[in-house]
Amino acid sequence: MTRYSVFAIAREALRNHQGWSRAWASPEPKAAYDAIIIGAGGHGLATAYYLGKNHGITNVAVIEKGWLGGGNTGRNTTIIRSNYLQDPSAALYEKARSLYETLSQDLNFNVMFSPRGLLMLAQTHHEVRGYMRTVHANMLQGVSTEWIAPARVKELVPIINIDGPRYPVLGALYQARGGTARHDAVAWGYARACSDMGMHILQQCEVKGVRSEAGRVTGVETTRGFIGTKKLGIVVAGHSGQVAEMAGFRLPIEAVALQALVSEPIKPCMDVVVMANTVHGYMSQSDKGEMVIGGGTDGFNNFTQRGSFQHIEETLRALVETFPMISRLKMLRQWGGIVDMTGDRSPIISRTPLGNCFINCGWGTGGFKAIPGSGWAMAELMAKGEPGPLAAAFGMERFREGRFIDESVAAGVAH
Amino acid sequence: MLTLECPYCGVWAEETELTPGYEAHLKRSGPGSPDDAFESYMFARKNPKGAHFERWRHAYGCGKWFLAARCTATLEVFGTYPAQVSGPTPGIIAKIRARRPDWEPSE
Repeated sequence: MTRYSVFAIAREALRNHQGWSRAWASPEPKAAYDAIIIGAGGHGLATAYYLGKNHGITNVAVIEKGWLGGGNTGRNTTIIRSNYLQDPSAALYEKARSLYETLSQDLNFNVMFSPRGLLMLAQTHHEVRGYMRTVHANMLQGVSTEWIAPARVKELVPIINIDGPRYPVLGALYQARGGTARHDAVAWGYARACSDMGMHILQQCEVKGVRSEAGRVTGVETTRGFIGTKKLGIVVAGHSGQVAEMAGFRLPIEAVALQALVSEPIKPCMDVVVMANTVHGYMSQSDKGEMVIGGGTDGFNNFTQRGSFQHIEETLRALVETFPMISRLKMLRQWGGIVDMTGDRSPIISRTPLGNCFINCGWGTGGFKAIPGSGWAMAELMAKGEPGPLAAAFGMERFREGRFIDESVAAGVAH
Repeated sequence: MLTLECPYCGVWAEETELTPGYEAHLKRSGPGSPDDAFESYMFARKNPKGAHFERWRHAYGCGKWFLAARCTATLEVFGTYPAQVSGPTPGIIAKIRARRPDWEPSE
């Protein structure tokens, strides 16, 4: 692997950029590995990376039916924050956010982490109380957030209309070190680092079945033949239910479509991320100048990666009301992703009925921000066979035991 | 846009007129039932990629709950039927089979 640095750029500039090596290898599958991870999205690749980095397990394959980072990793609105209400969530998402701070240096790949600040607008009195409660909870959890008044909101976001006709802005929950990152680069950076440790990333390789004997996984049937493994990690987001069914268990998950869209590029007008949960829209501006926009999920099961037009309309109506200057903006692209929603809107990082098979899923609409923390916790679970402190509360037995990590009420919105 | 025929009032209602209610034909387990049964009733979902039975409410019409069979992989609607049944009716199964000859209902 060529190490990326200012010297490498200078060297390559002098020889017409002929010396760059491929960022990751495309090897043929081996007969067996110490660990296989199904799903080469952000979470799967991060799991592989921390298996190698933190636990010294490098005989690993990451299997992907499409191309790496082609699912929800490449389809989200790239928001990173950790202002969650419940302690286990705050710990996990704050771990992820703090890993993002140094991820570019860690991976030697620029993931363009931009801690530009993030606002969650309070537009009803109920929300004011809810967010103040979150600020207090975050203070106890050691997550740095603050409550700010409407005047400060206007100062941070000059284009916002704080006296909206339906829902005036009453304040905001502000996380100064929240922000965005380049989503593809996160997948690419982890893939490059994994490949550098000798791990195999097998793209265009779909898992068709999970073979098990006496309650333990022996390997997976794929479109490129049978591959044996000592441990299996299932990290496939939208299709978690389908892969779990191959392994013989059922999940408390429903798959629905979540959409996002971007506008034509315009001059810099907003240097923070704004989420407006009452009216249901969120927006940030990309480095290219596009306004990146997201809204709510559809209300029915869907595997098609396209959603209902009415939700786009609803999101844009809300955002035009909040940011009147975008009313003439043209939208360039719109897309959907299949998100895996759990009953309490918190993820699952868990053991399964099969002894050496582990699952990481249920990130719903908020997975991107969690990628490094999720990989860290999942790698620990896979390496040791039992969850560490980060993952302990996220086992799927919590549904049976009634120990929900209820972020659906806490966030009041798909998050 | 998704449109479903309300089996009660016969209106072809579009999505904005309807409220989704997710999986149909769940068997209710009440107090005193084993933990397994209650967990399954509360949380375990079939979430199939293919034919799926769902509850929908004609919220901005007659206001009644009805059931629909829909394909989650293609968004094709097989048909709708009244909610006063404990499982998929022979009529709706025939409609699914007409479009998906290999389809088998899951347990």
